[in-house]
Amino acid sequence: MNVRLYIWQRATAAIMAPLVLVHVAVIFYATRQGLSAADVLSRTRGSIAWAAFYGLFVAAVSIHAAIGVRNVLHEWTPLTERRAGFCAIVFGLLLAALGSRAVAAVVLP
Amino acid sequence: MHSELSVSLWLGGEDGRYESYSVPQRESQTVLDVVTFVQRNIDPTLSYRFACRVGVCGSCAMTVNGKPRWTCRTHVAKVAHGGRLEIGPLENLPVIKDLTTDMRVFFEKWQEAKGVFAPTKTRRDAIAQIRPDTPARIAADASIECINCGICYAACDTVRWNGDYFGPAALTRAWTLVSDERDGGNGARLQAVAGSGGCHACHSHQSCQELCPQSLNPTAAIAGLKRRTVAAYLKGEITA
Amino acid sequence: MVHRVSGLALAIFLPLHFLALGLAIEGEARFESFLRWTDRPLVKFAEVALIFLFTVHLLGGLRILVIENLDWRDGQKQLATLAAAVSAIIAFVFLVRVF
Repeated sequence: MNVRLYIWQRATAAIMAPLVLVHVAVIFYATRQGLSAADVLSRTRGSIAWAAFYGLFVAAVSIHAAIGVRNVLHEWTPLTERRAGFCAIVFGLLLAALGSRAVAAVVLP
Repeated sequence: MHSELSVSLWLGGEDGRYESYSVPQRESQTVLDVVTFVQRNIDPTLSYRFACRVGVCGSCAMTVNGKPRWTCRTHVAKVAHGGRLEIGPLENLPVIKDLTTDMRVFFEKWQEAKGVFAPTKTRRDAIAQIRPDTPARIAADASIECINCGICYAACDTVRWNGDYFGPAALTRAWTLVSDERDGGNGARLQAVAGSGGCHACHSHQSCQELCPQSLNPTAAIAGLKRRTVAAYLKGEITA
Repeated sequence: MVHRVSGLALAIFLPLHFLALGLAIEGEARFESFLRWTDRPLVKFAEVALIFLFTVHLLGGLRILVIENLDWRDGQKQLATLAAAVSAIIAFVFLVRVF
């Protein structure tokens, strides 16, 4: 861990705190209202706002989780810092790829 | 109060074992008294460290029932539940023999964290006028009474998990110097604590603060270093 | 430790979460049938567990942000940790009732 990773870790955490609360509120709303897939998608398809919101969320969580995983690998496995960092980058890219795909799935018209 | 204590002491090196002894319990007995009793009356080959035996030198730190403590300041009555004591060497340090550890790496990390005063004046200059009530001096004074006993180092999860980590004591000393307006070494010092093994590895578990016998708060000191290094990095004064 | 374990659990869950949402790419019928599949007790239980995990992770993170950036006295930190634990439990109970 160094100062650069630390800044990214804490900054993405701070960004996500309000984002995740909004996300949970949205999910609560959707489940309470009993929204079907069609209902959900009719609201998200073609929406720049949802794309921006979830796009930012996916970017932040990919960075945050990757750095967290890097620390755990370095501290709890015999991997060196460099190897842990490499695995973490792969994991972060995986999250970013899957996340972007998911966002695209619900916002692309 | 039990009349006899059931005491387990670590004997040997890293691959040693716990050996059991029966020690008479006395009033106001400390754990150091117990160890000394064993060495004087039962096993003269037992190796352990102490010096002042009154809680000002920090030499007698050992692991007592799972926690690192000053044995001279730990009353048996307070920790020996059911009349049992388990005493071992400090954790996170190589064991030399029995209850003694090799503290060289602890002090080497002190140096690596640049816990050394870098003077900016000579004896020909006027004496620096340091007000005791500035925030920086208050911060430095709050962390300055460290006597290098190693308890925080032994208690720290991050030290245990990350061999590069400087540890709470070395970083706390670095913080006192970062807060010292007379010191001129902050460029190199902030760079040293901003890299691998530096202050950012700290997870703020606070075991150090909980167990420090001098009531220091390394978590807070390290948090101070985190803020200073972030500011320095964003201003381009240090690199990652 | 709770913070770390909850983080790890979330890190493992997230790719699955993203994959599930990606099903919508195949059309809303696929997504709808997935939503209906999630309407079963085991999944609901897993969802509640996940919300609990993310709540403790969030609160642990806030605790860290406070310790590292604000000037708290030591007693206050323990109080804050306790408050966080209590709110996590309350959130958990509330969510169980919702589902």
